[in-house]
Amino acid sequence: MGWLERTYNKIKRGKKTIDIPDGLWTRCTGCGQTVYNKNLKENLKVCPECGYHFYLGAEERIEITLDKDSFVEYDSKVNSGDPLSFPGYKEKLIKGEEKTGLDEAAVIGEGEIGGKPIVIGVTDFGFMGGSMGSVVGERITITTEKAIDKRRPLLIISGSGGGARMQEGVISLMQMAKTSAAIAELKKQGLLYISLLTNPTMGGVMASFASRGDIIIAEPGALLGFAGPRVIKQTIKQQTPEGFQRSEFLLEHGIIDMVVERGKIRSTLIKILDFALS
Amino acid sequence: MVQRVTYSLDFEKPMLELEHKIEELKGLANKEGLDFNEEISRLQSRLKKLEEETLAHLTPWQKVQLARHPNRPKSLTLVHLIFDDFLPLHGDRLYSEDQAIIGGLARIEEERVVFIGHQKGESIKDNLSRNFGMAHPEGYRKAHRLMNLAEKLHRPILTFIDTPGAYPGIEAEERGQAEAIAANLERMSQLQVPILVIIIGEGGSGGALGIGVGDRILMLENAVYSVITPEGCAAILWKNQEKVEEAAKALRLTSQDLFNLGLIDEIIPEPRGGAHKDPEQTALNIKERIIKHLEELKKISPTEVVEKRYKKYRGIGKFKRG
Ligand SMILES: [Zn+2]
Repeated sequence: MGWLERTYNKIKRGKKTIDIPDGLWTRCTGCGQTVYNKNLKENLKVCPECGYHFYLGAEERIEITLDKDSFVEYDSKVNSGDPLSFPGYKEKLIKGEEKTGLDEAAVIGEGEIGGKPIVIGVTDFGFMGGSMGSVVGERITITTEKAIDKRRPLLIISGSGGGARMQEGVISLMQMAKTSAAIAELKKQGLLYISLLTNPTMGGVMASFASRGDIIIAEPGALLGFAGPRVIKQTIKQQTPEGFQRSEFLLEHGIIDMVVERGKIRSTLIKILDFALS
Repeated sequence: MVQRVTYSLDFEKPMLELEHKIEELKGLANKEGLDFNEEISRLQSRLKKLEEETLAHLTPWQKVQLARHPNRPKSLTLVHLIFDDFLPLHGDRLYSEDQAIIGGLARIEEERVVFIGHQKGESIKDNLSRNFGMAHPEGYRKAHRLMNLAEKLHRPILTFIDTPGAYPGIEAEERGQAEAIAANLERMSQLQVPILVIIIGEGGSGGALGIGVGDRILMLENAVYSVITPEGCAAILWKNQEKVEEAAKALRLTSQDLFNLGLIDEIIPEPRGGAHKDPEQTALNIKERIIKHLEELKKISPTEVVEKRYKKYRGIGKFKRG
């Protein structure tokens, strides 16, 4: 297989525009209070007032999850084309790049958590809703196969409210089958797969690798599910109940193992890896 | 056979009108003993020309309408026309029996297969119990159970795809719709028995794929397969329902599009005007392909079948290499 390993900081990144804004403070989406950006950043972008979990990009996510300087990115050597010549797709890809500084909605690689070696994949909601087209499907598959080759646990952190990417039609749909086949192979080989779900993760990503971790963790209040809340409202022609499709709802219905606030995710992962690895 | 209401699509109407006129004239000729032959043959050639023009240039949106045609033969109709024997099996052993997905033990001539298929209703009442072919998690879990049974009995799996999508509802989410589909995707990737998938009508996204991973994917000529409905796509992209025709075109959801993209293996021809014009002929066309593909797939060893399937899906994706 033809990917190269390059160190993380050597990969060219553009300028991000959806980091915490440049101003002094941010109005919290959760409670409406104004929060100092300095405090927000120190608190891993969780509102100190109400605990609302703000969006984190893939790079920030890797930074707060892995041991310092341990991440090595896998170069998948693939970039998105526009196989269907879908209206507006090329522009959306460029916008995604500008917003996140990433070349696509998934970053993959390996690193350590508490000194335990793992293989990791992260999808970034900022890039076209973290949706899965050919490139995201390929990268998740590559990183899963890397975990198999290296016999390491796999951690996938999903932020994919966009599900299967509409702009690549059935090619995107087939990425669900492709990534699932890789996950099934990893499990058959007796390797651990941890899925961490973040706000929001829906549709085709939820209906493939995201909902099939041996252990599934979700951040508080994340919107998680198969069908979008709007589609459901339209179909059933009534309001959905309070808290519907949020992490706590999924926990209550036996779909995930635990809801863990951002500040405690790393220590939880270390506990699991300590248990799994000798 | 139950007497069914005949529906017609907008683009079918001019042809149906001509057909009626011809029938009327023929009746009149018989009754009155008059000779309308010249007029009849004039109308017949007009009908033929109209059919050729309309059917040769069906737009993707018209194909979506054909794929959803209320009179289109559905799984059970085809099951009875194709199989020599069919023993239905029920239930997911966990929650309930979901009638939006049917399954059981089937025999076609000398071949024995485990059959799984979406089932849309034939009437309003039937549609209510079958939820318009939109399965809940228990439907996918029943399918999962039948897949395991096929593996145990070393029989190939045959699936028919015909669903608007997996059901988007509160209970479906509570019971893990996403997990149920994802579990099937994993299971199907590892089964050592051959899997033959045929899209007979509407291939609605994840709900279709939930029983749609296979070694060969065939599609009826006027069936469609899409990551999202044209209506959903138009609403997201243009915030405008009137753009469904454009959306249907952009999504590349016709059998010809998907064949050209290398995502399906074969297109099964439909009778002139669509499968609903002649379900018996449609069934014959499908049966012929089932027998042919099963014969080929049976020659592949169990471990090789898994390897080949993995490779096939591993290779799907279109990118710029960088
Ligand atoms: Zn707050």
